[in-house]
Amino acid sequence: MKWHYALGALGVLFLGVGHAWGLFYAPPEFMMGDVGRILYAHVPTAWNAMLVYLFAFVAAIGTLWTSKSSWESWLVGFVEVGVVLNILLCFQGAMWAKPTWGVYWDWDPRLTTTAILIALFAGVLIQRNLFHAPDKRRIITGVTAVIAFVNVPIVYFATTWWNSLHQGLSSPDTVSNPMHLPLRISAFGVLFLAVAFSAERAKQERVRLEREDTAPTLPLAQKQLELGAE
Amino acid sequence: MPEPTIRDTPSWLVQTWQIMVKDLVLGWRTRAKVVAMVVFAGTMLLLFSFAIGPNNTLLAKHAAGYVWLSALLSSTLLLSQSFQVEGESGALEGLLLLPVDPRAIFYGKALANWIVLSLLTGLVLVGGFFLFSVEIQAHPLQFVSILLLGSAGISAPGTLYSALTARAQAQQLMLPVLLYPLVIPCMLAAVKATGFLIQGDPMEQGGSWTMLLICFNLIYWALGGVLFGKVVDE
Repeated sequence: MKWHYALGALGVLFLGVGHAWGLFYAPPEFMMGDVGRILYAHVPTAWNAMLVYLFAFVAAIGTLWTSKSSWESWLVGFVEVGVVLNILLCFQGAMWAKPTWGVYWDWDPRLTTTAILIALFAGVLIQRNLFHAPDKRRIITGVTAVIAFVNVPIVYFATTWWNSLHQGLSSPDTVSNPMHLPLRISAFGVLFLAVAFSAERAKQERVRLEREDTAPTLPLAQKQLELGAE
Repeated sequence: MPEPTIRDTPSWLVQTWQIMVKDLVLGWRTRAKVVAMVVFAGTMLLLFSFAIGPNNTLLAKHAAGYVWLSALLSSTLLLSQSFQVEGESGALEGLLLLPVDPRAIFYGKALANWIVLSLLTGLVLVGGFFLFSVEIQAHPLQFVSILLLGSAGISAPGTLYSALTARAQAQQLMLPVLLYPLVIPCMLAAVKATGFLIQGDPMEQGGSWTMLLICFNLIYWALGGVLFGKVVDE
């Protein structure tokens, strides 16, 4: 059994327990009531999206430093999972914002920053698909990922100077005691799942890169076909 | 017949200067492109005023935003050209075969782009203030400093991305897709700082936005020099 399948299964278990606890057993939020229960999905997604982007940054440095396809595959895996978590984050936020703020979207610093992040990291993946030469593609992916990550604190810094509607950063210290454990369990659930999905995508990407590497070039393949026909 | 002598390779600062001058001379020889950029920026200003309608108060209030957006949109035309000319007849390969420091290529090109972009933004700024009837409160030198910082903030990451996308199948498409989200902090700071210069700054907030512009520039001018070698490596 591959380690990341086990990690994924553990992630599903943690997520199930954490969410069930948060939905049915934890007390409702003081101000928002049951709407506040999205905390157990939204906050872990937010934490892990940022964490996965950090992993992607480390993988990008590794890719540029070593030029190895294993780092590159991890980079692709992390960026893809990071973008998915980021999009999920925006949807969850919008679902929560409608009953709480009265609108799905507001040009609030936190929301704007998060939206810009999707554009930055999706750009890395789009750009990657436009190059066929393996060396060039590896460098492009690494460089754009590094630049995208470096921009994150600057965007954050810039936008936090606006007045914010979004509440401050949530942590176990900012929530009531009975909410701690389900929040922590859910966060680990999302982390395990995110790493497991990244590992699976990294594996697929590695296989793809290896096949691409060993595949005969087109004129040669054509020749082999012709030889086979004879 | 005189003996061929091996000349010392000039320092990378000299190389940077030479590449910048080369790019500026090339730009001057193909002036029609620069004129097209200015016309495009002017058209953008007109389009913004059509979108808002003939409301002078509103146009003057948001003039900083329209001016910087026009500058950003037309900068894409300049930046996409920056490495396209090098692609013709393998000029970039020729340049790399010489003992030239890759950093010199980056800084030379980025400086040339900065100069042209600053001139363009200056024209757009004057044109925009004239069209939108903006009454200026601050000293013109303050505008010049924000203009220089804002243009530098577009040209450093822009030059790097221009090199990255130069050989992509869809450069015209990819450059804005990558560059626009990246320069959001720079645009935000430039628009805010210019806005405070136009409307007055009783709370003295302009300084912090200028600081952000300076930080953005420091980071991207440094990062560009570090990463450019990798980009043109193979």
